[in-house]
Amino acid sequence: MTTIQHISTSRRIKDRVVQGLVYLAFAAAVVPLVSVLWLVISNGLARFDLEFLTHSMNGIGARDAHGGAYHAIIGTLQQVLLAGVISVPIGLFTAIYLVEYGNNGRLSRAISFFVDVMTGIPSVVAGLFVFAFWILFLGFEYSGWAGALALSILMMPTVVRSAEEMLRLVPNDLREASYALGVAKWRTIVKVVLPTAFTGIVTGIMLAVARVAGETAPLLMTVFFTNSINHDPFSGPQMGLPLFVFDQAARPNDTAVDRAWTGALTLILIVMLLNLVARLIAWWRSPARGR
Amino acid sequence: MSKQIQVSGLDAYYGSHKAIEDVSMTIEPRSITAFIGPSGCGKSTFLRTLNRMHEVIPGARVEGKVLLDGEDLYAPTVEPVSVRRMIGMVFQRPNPFPTMSIYENVAAGLRLNGRVSKSEMDGIVEESLKGANLWNEVKDRLNKPGAGLSGGQQQRLCIARAIAVRPQVLLMDEPCSALDPISTLAIEDLMAKLKDQYTIVIVTHNMQQAARVSDRTAFFNLAEQGKPGKVVEMDETSRMFTNPSQKATEDYITGRFG
Repeated sequence: MTTIQHISTSRRIKDRVVQGLVYLAFAAAVVPLVSVLWLVISNGLARFDLEFLTHSMNGIGARDAHGGAYHAIIGTLQQVLLAGVISVPIGLFTAIYLVEYGNNGRLSRAISFFVDVMTGIPSVVAGLFVFAFWILFLGFEYSGWAGALALSILMMPTVVRSAEEMLRLVPNDLREASYALGVAKWRTIVKVVLPTAFTGIVTGIMLAVARVAGETAPLLMTVFFTNSINHDPFSGPQMGLPLFVFDQAARPNDTAVDRAWTGALTLILIVMLLNLVARLIAWWRSPARGR
Repeated sequence: MSKQIQVSGLDAYYGSHKAIEDVSMTIEPRSITAFIGPSGCGKSTFLRTLNRMHEVIPGARVEGKVLLDGEDLYAPTVEPVSVRRMIGMVFQRPNPFPTMSIYENVAAGLRLNGRVSKSEMDGIVEESLKGANLWNEVKDRLNKPGAGLSGGQQQRLCIARAIAVRPQVLLMDEPCSALDPISTLAIEDLMAKLKDQYTIVIVTHNMQQAARVSDRTAFFNLAEQGKPGKVVEMDETSRMFTNPSQKATEDYITGRFG
């Protein structure tokens, strides 16, 4: 005959121990995050002023305290935007092919494999590739566009993977419901599948943007380097925020190191701002909002 | 408005697996035809061959003829999309489009297919919702999401969505299996009403439902596990349920197997 049993002491202890471990793991994850944020904010605030946001480093002497990252901010925004313009459509269409048309055939498996390979490409290699192909082989000059090309190589696989996952989450019922209404397949994808997956796809794109915005290595060999403002991403060297941080932090003066911290802070803020915008778009389009 | 369906020698496959074999039947216009039979005997598969939804599944194919008022739906030049526009379908699980409001759900079929003026669309949406006995419950919240309705309301919304494109035939794949008795009754009433305008085919596991709503009934069964499903018998519903000619039908209906 079975009786009601009480929880044994050993189980209670195990429960406590595991609980403790979980909290510990949480702390181990959060402490570095918070300390990084704290360090960047406390060190970066010193130079986070209007001059920093509106001036370049043009004509700033090695020991001068002034100067700013306007040229780098413009560069980063343009490069990331261009990288997105290249990789989002390609990535999205690839994901649509894989989910809606591929039927797990030979081509779609090959694409899947190469996307995985692309995910593993070190960012330096992406930069080197664009440097070798675009600048050395085809003979174009250093430009923001070349940087965008390198970034888009890194961005594409992330977009494909996240969009693919989101599209697979769309229940097949909805596709069938649409087909049963006599709606053609491509219209079903455009009007039913994509809107249903929209929020997730936007989030995935933002993650890809965030990843790419902080890349230094691919920019080194493609946008080159400059201290002055270049509004045209298609000609001449440009700057990027990660490059700016890299450059300033390597200089021996405190004034330059301060600028590096502020550059890092600006970069974090830009990524956060972009994320916020994406959240807003997703919220605005979300079905649960009840219009 | 409604049309007759004639099926002859129809086989349906999933890859190399033959799911149904040699089905022939005539489905009369302005009537309700019910398909009954144990699970896995191919009722739903057969239903889906009637509007070319079967082939949507990768690897699935169909052999044989389905004539809609004499026109072969499987003729090589026939556009499957146009077939589905003429033969609407309601699924087992209510599946309103989650990103769309109630209004947009009903309008979806027309809106996704071409341009209809706003005023005309308003009229069609109202008429379809009235046709699906849902208008009074939702007329004040047409702009709310369709997914916010109850299960029974969602299913009626799906019916409204299906009839908004004015099909000739309405196929229903166990439309009440996920619903409570009251919603089921609402949908059965609705079927009786729609029968005046549409050819209705319904798959059901509920014997009483088949007996209540249908004019003719077809009994599907497998010869044995792994073999393709076949139509054992098809007749007037009243005769099927009182005096079936096949022993298997009688056994199934009286609950002796399946």
